[in-house]
Amino acid sequence: MKVEVIVEKISAGFLLKLKGDVDMNTSSDVRSALAQVFNQQSSSMKALLIDLSQVRYMDSSGIATLIEGMQNCMKKGARLRLCELSPSVRDVFELARLASVFEIYPTISEASAGL
Amino acid sequence: MTEDRAKTTTETGQAAEVVSLVVPSHPKYLYVIRSAIYPLVMEAGFPKRDAQRVVLAIDEACSNVIKYAYEGDHTKSYSVDITIGQGRLVVELKDFGKKPDVSKISPRKLDDVRPGGLGTHFIASVFDSVKYDTSREGCTVLTLVKEKP
Repeated sequence: MKVEVIVEKISAGFLLKLKGDVDMNTSSDVRSALAQVFNQQSSSMKALLIDLSQVRYMDSSGIATLIEGMQNCMKKGARLRLCELSPSVRDVFELARLASVFEIYPTISEASAGL
Repeated sequence: MTEDRAKTTTETGQAAEVVSLVVPSHPKYLYVIRSAIYPLVMEAGFPKRDAQRVVLAIDEACSNVIKYAYEGDHTKSYSVDITIGQGRLVVELKDFGKKPDVSKISPRKLDDVRPGGLGTHFIASVFDSVKYDTSREGCTVLTLVKEKP
C-alpha cells in the first residue's frame, strides 16, 4: 500500500494532498515530501496546508511526521494547518490528545482563510 | 502471509474462534493485517470506533516488533493470533527477535508534544490488559485483551 503525495503551490505557501494509508511503511514518503517543501520554501510562505481527505488510516508514525512538520513550520514562522480529516483519522488525533495542538479545519477553503 | 481459522474452547468451555496470521516482518504487510483484523473485530460485535482503535493498537504492536524486536530486519516473521469469544477479544503477538526490557515499556507523557512514543500509549489506551511474556525460550509473546462494552 503506497501513499500518494501531491504538492501544490498556493498563494499562502503550499498545499500537500495525501492519498492512502500513512503508516510505518509510508510515513517516510510523507516526510520526504515535507522536506522538499521546506527546502524550496521562501520567506514569504505563511502556511503549509495538508489535505487529509483521502487518508483513511494514520498510525503513530504518521502523527510523528506531522508533529515534525509542525515544528519545522514554527521554526520558519509559518503555520501548519490540517484539513478534511476523516472521522477515523480525527479519532487518532483525539486518542493522542493532539486534536487541540494542531490547527484542524473542516475544509481547505476554511484553512486558507485569513492567511 | 498465511491465515488459519480454527475453533477452540475457552477456560469455561465456551466456543471461541481463533484466527492465526503469520506475517513477514516487512512494514508493507501491516495494511494486510489491518484489513484482516477489522472485519473480525466488527463481526465480534465491537462498535466501529472501538474496532478502528483495536486495529490501530495491533498495528502499533506489530510495528514495534519490526522496529525493536527485529531491529528493522524485514526477513523475519511473527504471528498474530486473534481469539474471539466469551465477550472479549484476545490478541497474541509472538515474535522471535530481541526480547524487550519490559520494565522500560511505559506510555510517555502526552503533555510533551514531540514525535515518537505514541504507539505504546495507543496500545495501553485501547486494550484493557497488556502483558509481555519474555519467559519463553526464543520468543516474546504480547497478550492484549479487550472486553466487549
